[in-house]
Amino acid sequence: MSDKLISIENLSFGYGKKLLHKDINMQFNRGKVSAIMGGSGCGKTTILRLIGGQLTPNSGKVLVDGDIVHEQDRNGIYHLRRKMGMLFQHGALFTDLSVYENVAFPMREHTDLPENIIRDLVLLKLNAVGLRGAHNKMPAELSGGMARRVALARAVALDPDIIMYDEPFAGLDPISMAVICDLIRSLNDALGATSIIVTHDVAETFSFADYIYFLADGTVAAEGSPKQLMASKLPFVRQFIHSEKDGPVPFHADAPSYQEDLRL
Amino acid sequence: MNWLTNVLGNIGFAFRSRLYRLGAGTRLFFLTMIYSADSFKRIHLTIREIYFTGVLSLVIIVVSAFFVGMVLGLQGYYTLEKYGSSEAIGVLVALALVRELGPVVTALLFAGRAGTAITAEIGLMKATEQLSAMEMMAVSPVARIIGPRFWAGMISMPILATIFSMVGILGGYFIAVIVIGVDEGAFWSQMQANVDFQNDIVDGAIKSIVFGFACTMIALFEGFDAPPTAEGVSRATTRTVVISSLAVLGLDFILTSFMFV
Repeated sequence: MSDKLISIENLSFGYGKKLLHKDINMQFNRGKVSAIMGGSGCGKTTILRLIGGQLTPNSGKVLVDGDIVHEQDRNGIYHLRRKMGMLFQHGALFTDLSVYENVAFPMREHTDLPENIIRDLVLLKLNAVGLRGAHNKMPAELSGGMARRVALARAVALDPDIIMYDEPFAGLDPISMAVICDLIRSLNDALGATSIIVTHDVAETFSFADYIYFLADGTVAAEGSPKQLMASKLPFVRQFIHSEKDGPVPFHADAPSYQEDLRL
Repeated sequence: MNWLTNVLGNIGFAFRSRLYRLGAGTRLFFLTMIYSADSFKRIHLTIREIYFTGVLSLVIIVVSAFFVGMVLGLQGYYTLEKYGSSEAIGVLVALALVRELGPVVTALLFAGRAGTAITAEIGLMKATEQLSAMEMMAVSPVARIIGPRFWAGMISMPILATIFSMVGILGGYFIAVIVIGVDEGAFWSQMQANVDFQNDIVDGAIKSIVFGFACTMIALFEGFDAPPTAEGVSRATTRTVVISSLAVLGLDFILTSFMFV
């Protein structure tokens, strides 16, 4: 069994003619927590969508467990997705279903388990995220952090091999953030899963990730373990890790000169 | 020449984008058909949607039908009385409702009451990534979300149109017989003698099935195709009402010209 569960090879992707990713190569190893970091709008989430087969690359390929994602037909892609769990940025809980039914959803759709076993499994998953007591609430009654934990319970409902997290820390208070950090690590290790986190929170990610990719300008600007990246001399990495204003990443969007715009 | 190129370009662009939407809508319809078996496996979802689109539309349908029937009774009576044939009021009310007003007004009310709800709900599900999440869980949103709503609309509309016609006739009866005092026997017997099952009632039912298809499919497609923003969903909801209403009136003319001429 190869060590690489997911590999991205020479991948280019863009909307229209403008390329968002240029010839990217990445590997995600079994049992590890990997992170993809980079500024807003650099195409981090797009990578998750490419792995999940929701988008098709312009060139290159994404391999999941040896299968090329974009060459799968509908059944093939659904088969692959059953190995994956994804936590969306805002949870994406089904607002017309209760917390319990949200977590039970994948089980009801993909298994013929009897109701009493589904009940036990749902409570087990909710207990893992500390929300067993909230099982009969509706998503609208939950705080942002709680909704995300429920979504996490739903994402791991069928014990997936791959768990993808899209901005799991965005907009959370420090306590919820620490809770989610712990959960990501413990779920990964308990399920023997492979986790990919898309984020721009440096401190949290560096505290528990095994391997980190930095995306900038459509390419992998740097990669390595948190320790290696901390020691990196690359200006971009330094700017990002130490959140400095000045550096290779400009504050201003591309624009004509200020004088010209103000007609001076 | 420049303005001419611009005008032609704009017309071409508008035509092409409409053609594209028509194609995308047709594709969604065929996908719905393909996934219908999956949708029917979850029959409780269709039943739930029948409750939301059909049962909850009952109040507006019944109240409107009664008023429409009463207006038909009043207007019909004053006109028929001039020619001394006020007993024919029953036929007039029944034919007007069964052939035209029942299916058409029900469809217009359905587009406003249930169609907008469907578009807004699906549009918001898309905006909050619920459809994406479903896709990532290897569950087709077409089977799970679109299918049940489509069949619920197809089943609800003919039933609502039938109820509309029945309540409308009672409204006409209330005004003509109870308030004005037209002979009750003449009211019902003339209606019985002159309303044909095949030509009037079945044709009316066919209309309501066609309208049910148009209104439901337009509402579903607009929601599914809505840009995932607040503005996108609001525009899609407006379009549902406008396009559904125009489609119903246009289809009504076409169907009438084939059925009753």
